Amino acid sequence: MAKRSIIPFGPQHPVLPEPIHLDLVLEDETVVEAIPSIGFIHRGLEKLVEKKDFKQYVYIAERVCGICSCGHGMGYCESVEHIMGIEVPRRADYLRTIWMEMSRVHSHLLWLGLLADALGFESLFMEAWRLRERILDMFDATTGGRIIFSVNTIGGVLKDIDDSMLKTLKETVRDMRHEFKPIVDTFLHDYTIQSRLCGLGVLSREDAILNGAVGPMLRASGEAIDLRTLGYAAYNDLMVMPITAQDGDAYARCEVRLKETIMSLRMIEEAIEKIPSGDIAVPVKGNPNGEYFMRIEQPRGEAIYYVKANGTKNLERFRLRTPTTSNISPMLRLLKGCQLADVPLLVLTIDPCISCTER
Amino acid sequence: MENPKFLTFAKTAMKNLFTKPYTVQYPAKPAQFPERMRGHIVIQPEDCICCGLCMRNCPPGAITVDRAAGTWSINRFDCIQCGSCTIGCPKKCLQIVPGYTTPDTQKQTETVSCPNRPAPPAKPAGPADAKKSITI
Repeated sequence: MAKRSIIPFGPQHPVLPEPIHLDLVLEDETVVEAIPSIGFIHRGLEKLVEKKDFKQYVYIAERVCGICSCGHGMGYCESVEHIMGIEVPRRADYLRTIWMEMSRVHSHLLWLGLLADALGFESLFMEAWRLRERILDMFDATTGGRIIFSVNTIGGVLKDIDDSMLKTLKETVRDMRHEFKPIVDTFLHDYTIQSRLCGLGVLSREDAILNGAVGPMLRASGEAIDLRTLGYAAYNDLMVMPITAQDGDAYARCEVRLKETIMSLRMIEEAIEKIPSGDIAVPVKGNPNGEYFMRIEQPRGEAIYYVKANGTKNLERFRLRTPTTSNISPMLRLLKGCQLADVPLLVLTIDPCISCTER
Repeated sequence: MENPKFLTFAKTAMKNLFTKPYTVQYPAKPAQFPERMRGHIVIQPEDCICCGLCMRNCPPGAITVDRAAGTWSINRFDCIQCGSCTIGCPKKCLQIVPGYTTPDTQKQTETVSCPNRPAPPAKPAGPADAKKSITI
């Protein structure tokens, strides 16, 4: 038996966008166990729900994560709306869906850039982030913010997108689909990328389910679970098809995210074509009383929102389980048996968002 | 591996060599802000009635309204540009406009006086006053 040694990995590491610490137990160069520890950036955002007005808390929910900010705001608002029995105008549902899908494109392009950077493919990294910049510009033009949008509110949305802006958005999305093709081609067919990713960090379907994987991580292992098929917001009017891959390796996770980006771009176009006219918000009276449990599909996977209200303006409890919380366990599974040099890349393939996880 | 190709990115890389940079050479060229950009809050003090609704609606508590002194203050370093104050303002004297505020080494509070505020309501007669009137 080879001598065992423990190598600390993180919380500061060149490939990690966010702080997670792993104690890697090695036998020679092979990882036999990974022991995680988090807690470097806990902010206590859930506790703030007891001190802030339930309408004001939307702005805090959005700040749980920079990438999924629209989704967290939407998940919180929909939970409170269900408790209060508010029916959101259909146009607001569509607008939320459009912004949500734009967030997915933004998130996946960011991840693809980070992956290319981790592989040492700098020009591909720049190309992915150049494309992402177009989505950020559209966010800026439609919501007024590039990262934090502050458009969701209890009862609807705060800002409308007029017809000329919708037309511009549609043209941008069409251009992006065209510009995205060389990036997809490079990620899927380039010899160097294939030789680096294929067969690396294989997570079988059984292991993915057993360890509670969610989102692209689960779908890359062949399990077709996509919560958008539940039909919240305007997803019941749009064509949602879970994208899956069978191999469960790093290449499959990359493939799923690439195809999801293309599907999201198509869904934005479809939503723009189908968006109805009308109001964007309804007035909200009174305070919520009751509890609600909601699941939505964030770019990184399934997020769970639990809201408990007691009839006052402050909620009693807000619980948010983010996708990375679920994906840490399967990540530890796929780290077992890998080489030390592959650890940064494998940690990256789960698309970790530790600030979300710690809230 | 399925259908591996070589030099897949060469065409894009060559194209990028002969095109202009995608980024703006800021600050040599000024940044262009979209119309809707949530940059900072501005107030028209002549319309403000110092009602204090913006102060109550502000999630981070960046706005302070002193009704007696007739002043409206904002700590721009605490402001999160959410626009809650502009939505709740009954006189629509608050606006959120494009453009970032200047950075600083210390948190500063900006204060403006609102000259046209209505006079504060007179204090209701308290128990001491009532007793006095009975004596007279």
